[in-house]
Amino acid sequence: MLKDITLGQFFPGNSFVHRLDARSKLLLLLLYIVSLFLCRGLLSYGLALGYLALAVSLSRIPLKSLFKGLKPLIFVIIFTALINMFYTPGKVLAEFWILRITEEGLHNAFFLVLRIVLLISGSFLMTYTTSPIDLTDGLESLLSPLKKLRFPVHELAMMMSIALRFIPTLIEETDKIMSAQKARGADFENGSLIQRAKALIPILVPLFISAFRRAEELATAMECRCYHGGEGRTKMKQLRYSSLDAVAAVAGILLLAGIIVLRPFGL
Amino acid sequence: MTPIIEVRDLSHTYSRGTPFEHTAVKNMSFTVASGEFLGIIGHTGSGKSTLMQHLNGLLKPEQGDILLKGESIWKDKQSTRQARFRVGLVFQYPEYQLFEETVYKDIAFGPKNMKLKEEEIRRRVYRAAHFVGLPEDVMEKSPFELSGGQKRRVAIAGVIAMEPEVIIFDEPTAGLDPAGCQSLLDNIAQYRKETGATILMVSHSMDDVARLADRLLVLNHGSIEMLGSPAEVFRQAKRLKEIGLSVPQVTELFLRLKELGLAVDAATYTPEEALSQLLRLKGGC
Repeated sequence: MLKDITLGQFFPGNSFVHRLDARSKLLLLLLYIVSLFLCRGLLSYGLALGYLALAVSLSRIPLKSLFKGLKPLIFVIIFTALINMFYTPGKVLAEFWILRITEEGLHNAFFLVLRIVLLISGSFLMTYTTSPIDLTDGLESLLSPLKKLRFPVHELAMMMSIALRFIPTLIEETDKIMSAQKARGADFENGSLIQRAKALIPILVPLFISAFRRAEELATAMECRCYHGGEGRTKMKQLRYSSLDAVAAVAGILLLAGIIVLRPFGL
Repeated sequence: MTPIIEVRDLSHTYSRGTPFEHTAVKNMSFTVASGEFLGIIGHTGSGKSTLMQHLNGLLKPEQGDILLKGESIWKDKQSTRQARFRVGLVFQYPEYQLFEETVYKDIAFGPKNMKLKEEEIRRRVYRAAHFVGLPEDVMEKSPFELSGGQKRRVAIAGVIAMEPEVIIFDEPTAGLDPAGCQSLLDNIAQYRKETGATILMVSHSMDDVARLADRLLVLNHGSIEMLGSPAEVFRQAKRLKEIGLSVPQVTELFLRLKELGLAVDAATYTPEEALSQLLRLKGGC
């Protein structure tokens, strides 16, 4: 039941995209997003779409999973499209009651939806092909210059890894507690909204207590191994750029350059 | 007489259709007589927990059926809900499910869900507390202030207070000190004696199940490996060891004695019986 939720959204694999360094994937995503916001016309969007399609096909992630990620956002996408369609002033194409559809509105709505879909799919591609641990490692490494400003980069990355690590554990725990309370006749499915909210107390209290207990145990275990933060720590898995990253970087830069060139022409 | 529990050709597979597909229970059939004490043994992952959760309707059988006094617990919604109250299930480490402000309220959670009257709830709570040996002065304390052993007793009382016809214990003594184990098992035995309830107990301690159970159910990889009296089961010591289980210490000793050529019964499993056999042997010399 609860176990069926896909978490971390990581699809293990060994494709070109999987083998890229987490840092280059993060930077490429950034480059890609900037490019998307510089797009003006069909041609540049086409370029971005082609780039994404190439990355997806190289990653061997099934298209179906990518679309599945978009599903929960369909409402937001449709809503944005409608707002744009109706509330952009310009040449009126059709009108009824207080709603009027303008040519500019249609144009805006189309490109905005395209932009959102490309943006989200691109981000999903990254989380699908990068394990959460690699991702936090990459983030830590990229943000490390901020350490000079006393920004706790390592601590933040550590918090993220711990949080990700404990999600499955807590889900399992919730499952167990739910079964135990159901065995005592707790009813989570029936009753009014208030009754159902109240029925959550027997789950949440034990869950919080166990989360605190685990946190304390983990803290003790870390202290026993003399953990004291980022200073002077080495890593078991070193991040290393390879020639693959150079290829990917060239592709990313070409995309950005292409879109910048097309921009003045409104294409 | 109709058996109190009948498991008919039960099978259950987790995460069907995904790479994590795993069959936990396959084609299991057995019955439990009313008032019986059935010990369930099997190594980790042999399907014990899955089986238990079927018996009170927490899991729905993918195939097969569970009958309570001859009636399927999946006949209608009401029967399923009633099954939760008629078959009490004490999970492993049940103290982690405590949540109320006071011990009294926590024990009363089950009976309250049964929609009983306030006086009846009160009677049941105190009766349950008495069975597990909780002193009266803890009733108004927070369950989180108690020691680990006492917390477990509160959690077990929470199930007993529903006065189920059958109680299933999943390793009730895990993590308790020897004295705590002993007194908890005594409480369970006492409870059974006074109420005549049917008891199923999962345990990794062969000595405990040997001492308490009328029959033993041995599971291996989701199927029934053996089902019979402790003597019958422990006679097959070799097979038990093959599937990663053991025999009680007494049986271990008597197996060794027999190997050394003494005329003893290798399936001896209680200290009392062991004593009488040794005395007989001594007298015979």
